[in-house]
Amino acid sequence: MIYADNAATTRMCPAAIQAMTACMEENYGNPSSLYSFGQRAREALDNARERIAACLGCSPREITFTSGGSEADNQAIFSAAKLGEKKGKKHIISTAFEHHAVLHTLERLQKQGFEITLLDVHPEGIVTAQQVRDAIREDTCLVSVMFANNEIGTIQPIAEIGAVCREKGVLFHSDAVQAMGHVRLNVAEQNIDMLSLSAHKFHGPKGIGVLYAKRGILLDSLISGGAQERGKRAGTENLPAIVGMAAALEQAAAHVDEYAARLILLRDRLIQGLEKIPYSELNGHRSLRLPGTVNFCFEGIEGEALLLLLDDRGICASSGSACTSGSLDPSHVLLAIGRPHEVAHGSLRLSLDDDVTEAEIDYLIQSVTQVVAYLRSISPFWRDLQNGKRQHVFAQ
Amino acid sequence: MALYSEKVMDHFRNPRNVGVIEAPDGVGEAGNPVCGDIMKIYLKIQDDIITDVKFETFGCGSAIASSSMATEMIKGKSIQEAMLLTNKAVTEALDGLPAHKLHCSVLAEEAIKKALKDYYDRNGLKYDHSQFPDCESCGQCHGE
Repeated sequence: MIYADNAATTRMCPAAIQAMTACMEENYGNPSSLYSFGQRAREALDNARERIAACLGCSPREITFTSGGSEADNQAIFSAAKLGEKKGKKHIISTAFEHHAVLHTLERLQKQGFEITLLDVHPEGIVTAQQVRDAIREDTCLVSVMFANNEIGTIQPIAEIGAVCREKGVLFHSDAVQAMGHVRLNVAEQNIDMLSLSAHKFHGPKGIGVLYAKRGILLDSLISGGAQERGKRAGTENLPAIVGMAAALEQAAAHVDEYAARLILLRDRLIQGLEKIPYSELNGHRSLRLPGTVNFCFEGIEGEALLLLLDDRGICASSGSACTSGSLDPSHVLLAIGRPHEVAHGSLRLSLDDDVTEAEIDYLIQSVTQVVAYLRSISPFWRDLQNGKRQHVFAQ
Repeated sequence: MALYSEKVMDHFRNPRNVGVIEAPDGVGEAGNPVCGDIMKIYLKIQDDIITDVKFETFGCGSAIASSSMATEMIKGKSIQEAMLLTNKAVTEALDGLPAHKLHCSVLAEEAIKKALKDYYDRNGLKYDHSQFPDCESCGQCHGE
């Protein structure tokens, strides 16, 4: 099997599994308990927080553990909105291709009277700092721009956008769920006020994440209850997952440059191989993208059928077609970069693991090429494109 | 439970009657590229009997499987029998489809009926227009 869906989730690294197992077996106390066994769990919690903070370039006090990226996005945005509202600032800037954890949270705020500006991400899938600058108003309370897009993998100019927000005195949140562990990330250097992370995207466990909030930003609690996480996130801490996340993050952060250098070469080999398929196109900027994420559109075919046939060849991949989303519309990300519906239905995302081999890349290219050719051979849409009854969108 | 039944996967992996008929007696196409599925049905008809049927489909696994199953269900049948084919019968023959995929079976029924209508039209035969509901009546997509 070739697991090429690492943007969906990743295999846990042995270090994370070991840390979690040891925690569950030997350190199962409640960090809130007073006795020494409980305090041992407290120490493990504090230690994990310190190590995660070190990886992010922030102080441990600025780390809040959440159930994952979605919760962190929700809490960051609702907190910033609440702070803004107190000052009469009810305008939020984001982008058209954010994750739904951001977009749907913004929709909720819109219903509460907030004004939302979603910036255009252009055909390359990149938003610019100048766009952010132009969109900021007197009443803007938050800018939220994802670090890297989850579908097409394009990396945004986060440090520049952060600098603009600092200059204008506007809070800046970034959903870094796809980026962490795959590209260099430092909240201080990159001018980030709030950041969302999810452990299972960097070989850690599922159901655990981080919200970083710069000192001085008052977080609004989404869950009422005990005083865990300094009163910002009630509920007994998921300590096994937290120590697993810390172990995974340390490892990912330590190898980020080494893995990226190797992976980029293989990613580009994959891009070059898939580009040889006639009437296909890479989605998003060629180089400003995650080291392991490749997303293509193929004319004349539908993505779900492609995924099922790739599955028969032992390949795990993903698509932005309507049929795979369970809705009638294809991916909002592909529509946001200007792909027409009929092309967006024929999309394929391959997100590589750090240890993917050249032989596996070649097998991916061969398999996708063959499956696309087969599906086109039975597609009346492709026939119409070939005989000129419909117009091609891409060049050959 | 898997997304699709074994029957659906079998017809998707090994579609029956896939291809084109040169000089067909009736052709029908349903769906559109914006919605992400198009089915095209080609019929060969002799003495009111569907002697051959082929299909081409642009769409997901259940769209391909629905077309394959539908062609099997009408091959060798009279055009009167073929007119009675329903999307429900196609779905049942496939051992069911997920709720959000039912429109695939609707498209199969529609494409076959359009091909039969084309046959009637080509031959100047009279027919009851109410027997041929169009794409919009499905209500599953935007009708774009």
